[in-house]
Amino acid sequence: MSEVKSSESYREKAKAAEAKPAAFGEDIDLSTYLTSAEEQPYQSEPAQLPVQAKERMLEAGVVLDDPSQRAGTYIQMDNTPVHSSIRGEGVEVMPISQALERHDWLSDYWWRAVAVDADKYTANIELSRSDGYFIRALPGHKTIYPVQACLYLAKAQLAQNAHNIIIAEEGSELDIITGCTTASREDPGLHMGVSEFYIKRGARVTFTMIHSWNPAVSVRPRTGIIVEEDGLFLSNYVLMKPVQSLQMYPSAKCVGENATVRYNSILVTGKGSSLDVGAKTILAAKGAKTEIISRAITTGGNIIARGYIEGDAPEVKGHLECRGLILHGEGTIHAVPELKGNLAGIDLSHEAAVGKIAEEEVEYLMARGLTRTEATATIVRGFLRVDIKGLPPMLGAEIERSVEASEKELM
Amino acid sequence: MLKIKHLAVAVGDKEILHDVNMTIGTGETHVLFGPNGSGKTTLLAALMGFPKYRIVNGSITFRGKEITGLSLDERARLGIGMSFQRPPVVRGVKTSDMVAACLKERGDTETIAGLAKRTNLEEFLDREINYGFSGGEIKRSEMMQLLAQKPRLALLDEPESGVDLENIALIGELINDLLEKHCPILDRKCMGLIITHTGHILDYVNARTGYVMCDGRINCHGDPHEILQTIKEKGYGSCVECLLRRRLNV
Repeated sequence: MSEVKSSESYREKAKAAEAKPAAFGEDIDLSTYLTSAEEQPYQSEPAQLPVQAKERMLEAGVVLDDPSQRAGTYIQMDNTPVHSSIRGEGVEVMPISQALERHDWLSDYWWRAVAVDADKYTANIELSRSDGYFIRALPGHKTIYPVQACLYLAKAQLAQNAHNIIIAEEGSELDIITGCTTASREDPGLHMGVSEFYIKRGARVTFTMIHSWNPAVSVRPRTGIIVEEDGLFLSNYVLMKPVQSLQMYPSAKCVGENATVRYNSILVTGKGSSLDVGAKTILAAKGAKTEIISRAITTGGNIIARGYIEGDAPEVKGHLECRGLILHGEGTIHAVPELKGNLAGIDLSHEAAVGKIAEEEVEYLMARGLTRTEATATIVRGFLRVDIKGLPPMLGAEIERSVEASEKELM
Repeated sequence: MLKIKHLAVAVGDKEILHDVNMTIGTGETHVLFGPNGSGKTTLLAALMGFPKYRIVNGSITFRGKEITGLSLDERARLGIGMSFQRPPVVRGVKTSDMVAACLKERGDTETIAGLAKRTNLEEFLDREINYGFSGGEIKRSEMMQLLAQKPRLALLDEPESGVDLENIALIGELINDLLEKHCPILDRKCMGLIITHTGHILDYVNARTGYVMCDGRINCHGDPHEILQTIKEKGYGSCVECLLRRRLNV
């Protein structure tokens, strides 16, 4: 397994938090998972990865046979980086272990957006000296195609770790598509990932994450985002496949004037799945803006959809929108929208709605000649359609494809 | 042809319509007057086949087929279309999606764009259906959908209500298009049943027969303009009195 050098102080903090449960989500007993897997061989040509692995990765939006539409690629199997490459200049993509060797300054970004002692999962990532990806857009560089990254869980019962750092230097534009998936459609496993984003002045990052796990996998991503003046972070998260337990609560801090953060989440789950998914933005600089939008559908599983916006500076604006649909079965959707304003002159709002499909809407479509099934499918498709402002068309197409692929199963 | 015989319709346990009889020939347009709450919308909804409206007696034959046993969508596919007075907002479903659903396999973007232009709703195609629409926009959107659907029987529920004077002429034109008024009656395939509370639509659309509905019954029928004139002069109160007199055989 690749190892990452780390300072003693982080290790001490991590040691202290080794057993600390997370603020949300069920507590996972890490001792029931394997801590290591066989080292995977490096693949200079990702197209030569096994067909089955490539198919699974494709389901999560990662294209390996024809990477001409990608600016760079990173693939991690279990805990080994097996491939990293770039096409063209202006962007760096490599394992974080390699990046730490290459860039002395990278330690300044280490555990700055996420606290190492946030919970047992962050602590575990530090203590296991996890590898992960490093993606950086150089100052002023605007990538045309997205960089893709895949975290692939191959070994049954393994605890997969990743520590990722993403830096968009001043004035750069970077689109990233991350697909996370498993080799097996049934073997248990645990995925823990820390992602630290640094969006510099005037930079713009679109981060699209498609999760395609299996019903026996538990997932604990930990994400922190720091956005400087005039920076933009746009996060799109799509989960359409079953998972046993998933808890995540990415947290962004707008530290520069007019920084903007937008989150869009599309969550679909069925019986036996438990999701606790939220997003948080701290508006800490004048004129900062945020939007947190989520759509959740359950056909029997439980979803907690959280949102938190805090206004700490003048003229900030935030809106939270959470809509949940209980399609059939006995699922639960619990929307927890929270707003906190700490001074006058801020503008924070939220709307949340949870329910089943309105019969009146189904009948309206049936009166136009659609069958009940067609009418319901049209309403569900509409419900899942989030018009994402500023989303590059290519990423939009990936999201659309992922949603469409799962609609049939849903209905 | 649409033939309604001795139709009784209940909502829940309450019978709303009693012994309704009506015949509309192919190509004809009939108008249904009546005070608020008289049962006009119930009749349209029962003809369309909304499950809430239970047929407890009588028959409806349309294009030679008894349709009381058909579901809402089966009736729509057989050629019955309805404009809603207060259609629901369906979040995420765009106006263009609704038009495409009405067009079915005939649908293409050019046809949709043409219909949007005709109904002055070009800027609404990408908007969620009925979300934030004004009264007039709703009426035009309903007409756009019906023009796409091309029903053989168009049921129009107060198409002029909430429409400003500028747009009422456009609504009238759209109804005339839908009901193929530009064709000689023998060449028309579509028939219409229009609910009107005020009768304003008769300034724009010609109709052959008018009915007055009071208390769930068809009170009388005849020339729609004459009926409207009487209502204007004497109000619906006289219709209710007339109904009472007839019930009491006075």
